[in-house]
Amino acid sequence: MTKKTDEYSTKSYVPYHSPFDPCPPLQRKYYSTPPNLYIGFQPRNLQQFSPIEALKKGTLWTPFYDYYENPYKK
Amino acid sequence: MWAYEKKLMYPVKVSTCNPTLAKYLTEQYGGADGELAAALRYLNQRYTIPDKVIGLLTDIGTEEFAHLEMIATMIYKLTKDATPTQLKDAGLAEHYVSHDSALFYSNAAGVPFTASYIQAKGDPIADLYEDIAAEEKARATYQWIIDQSDDPDLNDGLRFLREREIIHSQRFREAVEILIEERDRKKVF
Amino acid sequence: MNKPLPKEYYTQLEEIQAIDFTLYELALYLDTHPSDSQAIQQYNQCAVYCKQLKAQFESTFGPLQFGSPNTNQQEWTWNSGPWPWQI
Repeated sequence: MTKKTDEYSTKSYVPYHSPFDPCPPLQRKYYSTPPNLYIGFQPRNLQQFSPIEALKKGTLWTPFYDYYENPYKK
Repeated sequence: MWAYEKKLMYPVKVSTCNPTLAKYLTEQYGGADGELAAALRYLNQRYTIPDKVIGLLTDIGTEEFAHLEMIATMIYKLTKDATPTQLKDAGLAEHYVSHDSALFYSNAAGVPFTASYIQAKGDPIADLYEDIAAEEKARATYQWIIDQSDDPDLNDGLRFLREREIIHSQRFREAVEILIEERDRKKVF
Repeated sequence: MNKPLPKEYYTQLEEIQAIDFTLYELALYLDTHPSDSQAIQQYNQCAVYCKQLKAQFESTFGPLQFGSPNTNQQEWTWNSGPWPWQI
């Protein structure tokens, strides 16, 4: 049931909806799987952001950058 | 010892006068997975961890205090000019009657900070696994706060903090690797 | 009411925050990669540059770091605001 969305670090699934559940079904439930789960021990010479860009992004290393936005926002 | 630097780690900005967001942010001030808990956890664990990872715990623990100051700045800015009525409308009446607009180490629901939020097992693997979990929980908390917030400037600062949790988790995972493999870095690369 | 800070305060401070952040990121990386000599070299360059920027800022706006010289001979400026959370 896991489906990749356009952003690779956001996954989603559709929870089972019973006819006896009172709330209208949420289409999808989302969760985050950031890059640190995939990279392993950081290899040498990873690509870097410039200092000012790194500050904005929250990391020096481009492969670790993971932008987050509310996935339920339309 | 520690020496203060008269600057924030990141230029925190808040664009709307919205004390409700301050209430949510309190979760990361004095909550179970908040920055205070993180700083105290790492700086305390470092006395009983193998030498190879003491530096990492020291540096990350120190950074957590910089994050705590960022969260405090956000809360301060969101509440400093709020009237008692505005605070009441934001669900902060209970906070107000006890603390006025002073910051207090509690979670978003007002439960005071407690040392039982943090663990020090003395087993390096158990402690580092707790640290990894703590970073992932803090990351998730930032996500849920961003989901509840429509302040673009505030979210910008919160995204910075969320990204830091990712990097810290990465470094703790590497620390586990170092301890379980005892690998000589020169041989690996 | 204090005077608002000049624009240069914010731009210079942000530049320091950026270099300091890079330095810090390199430090965390080196904590788990202690024999990456290229990263050590970058760290050292960064450290020198950061020191220069801070000295420059402090000569205009007063001490940023505890222990820095108080360039104003008449007044102790360390405890004068605004403080980081106020700006």
